[in-house]
Parts: sequence; structure tokens; C-alpha cells
Amino acid sequence: MGKRQTQEINAGSMADIAFLLLIFFLVTTTMDVDSGLSRQLPPPAPDEEADQPPPIRERNVLIVLINKDNQLAVEGELFNVVNLMDKVKIFVTNPRNDKDLSDNNTLAERRDIAIADNKENDVHRYTRLIKVFGSSIRVSKGVVSLQNDRGTSYKMYIAVQNELVSAFNELRDELSQQTFGKKYNDLSEDSQKLVREIYPLSISEAEPRNIGG
Amino acid sequence: MQFRKKKAGGTPPISTASLPDIVFMLLFFFMVSTTMRETDLKIKVHVPEATEIKKLEKKSLVSYINVGIPLENFRDIYGTEPRIQLNDKLSDINDISGFIEMERKKHDENEIPKLTTSLKVDEEAKMGIVTDIKQELRKVQALKINYSTRKGVKRE
Repeated sequence: MGKRQTQEINAGSMADIAFLLLIFFLVTTTMDVDSGLSRQLPPPAPDEEADQPPPIRERNVLIVLINKDNQLAVEGELFNVVNLMDKVKIFVTNPRNDKDLSDNNTLAERRDIAIADNKENDVHRYTRLIKVFGSSIRVSKGVVSLQNDRGTSYKMYIAVQNELVSAFNELRDELSQQTFGKKYNDLSEDSQKLVREIYPLSISEAEPRNIGG
Repeated sequence: MQFRKKKAGGTPPISTASLPDIVFMLLFFFMVSTTMRETDLKIKVHVPEATEIKKLEKKSLVSYINVGIPLENFRDIYGTEPRIQLNDKLSDINDISGFIEMERKKHDENEIPKLTTSLKVDEEAKMGIVTDIKQELRKVQALKINYSTRKGVKRE
């Protein structure tokens, strides 16, 4: 064995150097994915009376109040956050056809109304929905109106928001399980859109004002 | 030595020549996935928990508004009331519209409707300041918002 012509660089310490860098990046990495509750704000309030949206009938609004002491009231009654989800679900689906809860005509009835009113777009839309879900599915006109005081803590506010969203998510899950046999999140984009048309996330955040100051 | 003899006859040692390659691969993965913290928070932000959360998809389309109580070493200057921090400096409620304008200028025109504002609000803050921010955002038509939360455990 003779001497080599060129001397090779010793790469033995390469691993050590790479390890050092690796550990540095391991330590500095923060893998936090940003997540949260997404919400769409209403456009700025119109100045003129003429631009006001049509009023919603009282039975279709579920008023949820949080006062400055973080107490929750639904339709004027003190409520526990834990029970809020069920309350919202009952309000939206209105299984017993209660006159005080939200309007919940079936898709077929809605289409008939649209035909009577000569609203071609709506007729088209309901026909499409009936094809997918069947005519006996009920669509709610219910809106949850969330009002809070300036002194309400953010933690409580998010807790309530979370309950409201989870109520709607459960309804969507139930419907998609029933129609497609899958959970809402596993559906295709198009099917999700259809389910959303039946159960839109109708949470309205009121114009700020002081309640229970 | 007995020890040596045995080894010579057994399996050859595993080559460690590819170890640097493996380590480099890991290294590149972490280098790419690392996001260095861009802003130094002068306020304490401990976001509340929620279960029904959605991931924010495109990070480049998100601008952040932080709200919280100033950290201890800044309390002499900024007080103990919750404050707003946009990028690096503590700001006033009136600075938000300017901030949104700035964020919009960084993006294409067709991306503007997709811009999301993430509200990172400390759980101890009051809704008053959040409501003010929301009103301000409505004024400048930045309507997509996200209440930043941690992942919580769903109650049965």
C-alpha cells in the first residue's frame, strides 16, 4: 500500500457540526400553527334608514347576553354556559314546532313560498337542495344574536362563542352523517357548501352598547 | 484478546458514513419549518382555549393585532391597562386603520378580500377594547377576522 496522491479531508466531524446546527434549530423552532375561531364582521352600519336590512321576526332571534360580571342570559333568563349548546340546537331545529322558537319550514314549503313570491333564484336554490337532502329537511331562519358589555371578559366571550359554533358544527355533523354517511369535515368542498346552506353559521354580533352596566 | 477475535469473525460494523446525510436532512427540515419570531411582544398575550377551532391557512395573508397587559418591565411607561400592539410598537386604537392600509399595500389587489386579521387577545382583557378594534376594522372593511385561541379539550 503506497501513500495516497491527494489527502482526503476528514469528514468525521461533519456529523458533529450538523448535529450542533440541528440542535440549535430544534430548540428555536416554534411549531405553533395559528388557529382560532373565524368570523365575518358585518359591513359598516349604513347611515340611511333606507339601507337597513329587513327586520327579522322576533321568534327567529335568540338573544344571548353576557353582562360585565360574566353572567350569561338567554332570552332574559340566567343561563349556564354548559347548557347553551343544547339550547341553541333546540332553537335552530325547533323539533316540537314551538311557536316561540325559530321558523323552520321544510325545503318543500320554502320552495312553494318562493314560487308564490316569484323569486326565481330561490326556487332554483331550493330545488337543488331538495335533490340532495330530500324535501322534508327543515331549514331554520333562526339567528343567534350575541350581545356583550364592555366589561365582559374576553375569556367568557370566547367560551360563549365556542359553544355557539359547536352547536352549529354538531347540527352540520348530524345532517351530513344522515345524508352522506360521513362527518362534515370529511365531506368534499361542494357537499360542505350544501350543508352550510341548510345550517349557516348565523351568529350576529350586535352593535356595541352598554348592557347591565 | 478474546473480545477482538470474536468481533473479527462476526458481522462487520455498521457504516456511519451516511450519518451526516441523515442529520443534514433533519437539519434542513427544521431550518425550513422554523419561523423565527418576527415581533417582540411588549405585552402579555395568553389566548383563551376553544375547541371548535380552524387553522389559519395562508400565513402570508394574515395580519396580527395583539392585545394584552404590558409586561412588567414596561409597566412604568405604559401602565397596567390592556394595550394594543401592532408589529413592534404599542399603538392606539386610531392606528389600526393605518396598519390595515399598510398590510393591504403589501399584497396584490385580488388578494385583498382574502386578508384575515387575527386577534390575539389576552384572556384577561375586557371586551371593551376588543369591541373598539372590531368597530375600527369594520370601518376599513377588513371584515374577515379570527379570534386566536389555543386548542382546548372538548367537554362531554
